[in-house]
Amino acid sequence: MSGGIPMVESRDEAAPRARFWARWRTWWHPVWVIVRRELRDQRRDWRILTPLVGLTLFFPVLMLFTANRMVAFVQRFGAELIAERLFPFLLLIVGFFPLSISLVIALESFAGERERGTIEPLLVAPITDGQFYVGKLLAVLVLPLLASYLGVAALLLSLYVRTGWYPDVALLIVVVALVTAKAVVMISGAMVVSTQATSVRSANLLASLIIIPIALLLQNEATLLLWRRMDVLWYYVAALLVVAVLLTRTGLAHFNREGLLGRDLDALNLGWAWRTFWGAFWGQAPSLRAWYREQIGPNLRALRVPLLLMAGLLVVAVVIGAHLTNTYLNQIPDDVLLANMPDRDEMVTNLAGLRGPLTFFGGGRWSARAILAHNLRAIALVSLLGVLSYGVAGVLVLLLPFALLGAGQALITRVGLMSVPAYWLAFVLPHGIFEIPAVLLLGAALLRLGAAWASPARGQSLGAFWLRALAQWAQVLVGVVLPLFVLAAIAEAWLTPRVAVWVLLHQLP
Amino acid sequence: MIKAQGLAKVFDDFWAVHDVTLDIPPGTVLALLGPNGAGKTTTVRMLASVLRPTRGHAWVAGYDVRTQPLAVRAHVGVLTEHHALYRRMSVYEYLDFFADLYRLTPKQKQVRIERWLTFFGLWDFRNHRVGGLSKGMRQKLALSRALLHEPPVLLLDEPTSAMDPESARRVREAIARLRSDERAILICTHNLTEAETLADRVAIIRRGRIIAQGTPSELKARYLGPPEFRVTFARGWDGHPPSIPGLRITRWDGRSLSYRTANPARDNPAVLRTLMDMGLDIVALEEVPRSLEEVYLKVMAQAAQAEAAQATAPADVDAVTEEV
Repeated sequence: MSGGIPMVESRDEAAPRARFWARWRTWWHPVWVIVRRELRDQRRDWRILTPLVGLTLFFPVLMLFTANRMVAFVQRFGAELIAERLFPFLLLIVGFFPLSISLVIALESFAGERERGTIEPLLVAPITDGQFYVGKLLAVLVLPLLASYLGVAALLLSLYVRTGWYPDVALLIVVVALVTAKAVVMISGAMVVSTQATSVRSANLLASLIIIPIALLLQNEATLLLWRRMDVLWYYVAALLVVAVLLTRTGLAHFNREGLLGRDLDALNLGWAWRTFWGAFWGQAPSLRAWYREQIGPNLRALRVPLLLMAGLLVVAVVIGAHLTNTYLNQIPDDVLLANMPDRDEMVTNLAGLRGPLTFFGGGRWSARAILAHNLRAIALVSLLGVLSYGVAGVLVLLLPFALLGAGQALITRVGLMSVPAYWLAFVLPHGIFEIPAVLLLGAALLRLGAAWASPARGQSLGAFWLRALAQWAQVLVGVVLPLFVLAAIAEAWLTPRVAVWVLLHQLP
Repeated sequence: MIKAQGLAKVFDDFWAVHDVTLDIPPGTVLALLGPNGAGKTTTVRMLASVLRPTRGHAWVAGYDVRTQPLAVRAHVGVLTEHHALYRRMSVYEYLDFFADLYRLTPKQKQVRIERWLTFFGLWDFRNHRVGGLSKGMRQKLALSRALLHEPPVLLLDEPTSAMDPESARRVREAIARLRSDERAILICTHNLTEAETLADRVAIIRRGRIIAQGTPSELKARYLGPPEFRVTFARGWDGHPPSIPGLRITRWDGRSLSYRTANPARDNPAVLRTLMDMGLDIVALEEVPRSLEEVYLKVMAQAAQAEAAQATAPADVDAVTEEV
């Protein structure tokens, strides 16, 4: 009896595990089937194999020649250290070249199959979109990455044999990690392009979106390798992996059979695009008032979560700005600091000079018009960066002024000019009443737009989905953010300098 | 086995398929006829759960195409419009790859690949690269792929379009055999003779709408009127044509008589009796053949007229616009 109970228990315990592994195997089975087929196909295609083998074998030889020449050159000046600092860069280059082939294969993976018509039998097979996408992704990654590692290994061996140089383990790991992370980013980016492109030609045209940032990144990594900033390079690896995850998520979210088999996306239907955008932007509102009530109201209510996130980020930016400034200021002796800071009277004089005339279009650099023009340029930059980076870069730019406000707060309180509340009351609040909500809303709308890039377009075409997401963002921008920035510019030109002068003159605590 | 109700598909603002209703029970072949761009392929793709219907519902092999796409795809065999195959694979490898995707066991794979390759005369080419096959052979290979997992439902887009007459006949035989195995088969074709030979039912689609549906004989009766019969005489006859109450004579040239009747069982013996009473020697009585092509052209012409009339009616234009 007693022997039977544990058996039953162990079977019960084993059952969920067995089910999990059965599901795991079931899910991965078609993925491996696709990977196997793709690899077999790549192996038989001389147009892939020839450059891959060439780049893997030729570049280590070229790099070895470069290394020898470099060592010979720097030895004449007794600067062997410089040559050794350049060797890791050569490893990075040798690892990168075979990856360029992966870009070609990845760009071709969906667009090429679509163009040749071979994709449809796969799409009618009982596999999920995820299995199909992951299968293609892995298949594209394997061969170039192996070639890349092979190239790095070949160069390492050659360098050791010819110059006796070998990297420390940390350096080797970071180089391999960088090569791998770049491969994953390039391929996941190329896969996104390939799923959305209607032909190999259009996919290749869009490839510059991947090649240019990666080329810039490579140069940056080379500089950091020269300076041996391994800590920063690890941040690069982490950032690249985050980008790869975002791109893969975007690719999976927007990969759908409809897009691959639906109408030809090359056909630019501006009339339809405008109708879709305008339908989502204006809706059925008969008047401006109704538009605010029917469109803007629900839109703002839907922004609650990104608004909370954005508010938290703004606070963090202020705190970081104040903290970093304090850390820096603590290293400066008080007398030096005070000698370089304007006193109260000087500040009053300066601020009095900033007071703009009470006309919107008149005035110089500190007029309401000029402030608004500056803010509009900033909004354009923030929007552009936000659209290109899932909202992240745009939000980072929006956070910068708040970090500066934190820095100003730290500086002004350190020299004892005024208290923290007085600082915010004098310099921020008069126009911040309008500008801070505008920034919060702009950032939140950008974060939502960024999230939309990586969300599946259920029940609608990708074009319609993106146009509607863009229209939602534009509603917030046009309906709320821009009017708030106009008010903020007027307040900043007319009110803020006056309030600041008043606070300084009355020596509020 | 295939049931579609009010199926519609909109691409952005273009209605590719509009309110398609079909019912194909097991052991039935339905031919979906229509000009290029009529919505045949979009209908097939919706039934194969590749495209999601914008409106309406469809069940294939008992599974809902909206909510059970994997089950639907596991139970349909689809011959796609373009028979593009992986050129660098061998014939056997190609089928082996799809057999793996459909999760056939090694034994099933071996048996079925050999069976279908042999049936279509491709067994001797099993180790040849697909790229080296002729267009017809590739089409037969694509058809083998669609049949590999022995699906209860077949959706075949132009199954014989690139084939020589002998191969096309083999395919037609295969389809007839598959129908007798109680499979539901939908064929999209421009070949009206083939449709007439194979199909139990015919649906004609134009601009995304089914404009006529029925058995070939039902459609002929509906669009071409009652069947026409012709009696041929041994010798010429100079007199007047015979007068038979209720009979509509369509042609009389002294050597033959043609007439239409909705009730041949009643009228044909009466006609023969009358002619023989007149002393005419009768050589043959036959039904005048009427092709599906005539039906198709007539249906299309009527639909074009109706569309032209609708386009000039302001109320109808408003209704269509509102719907879009």
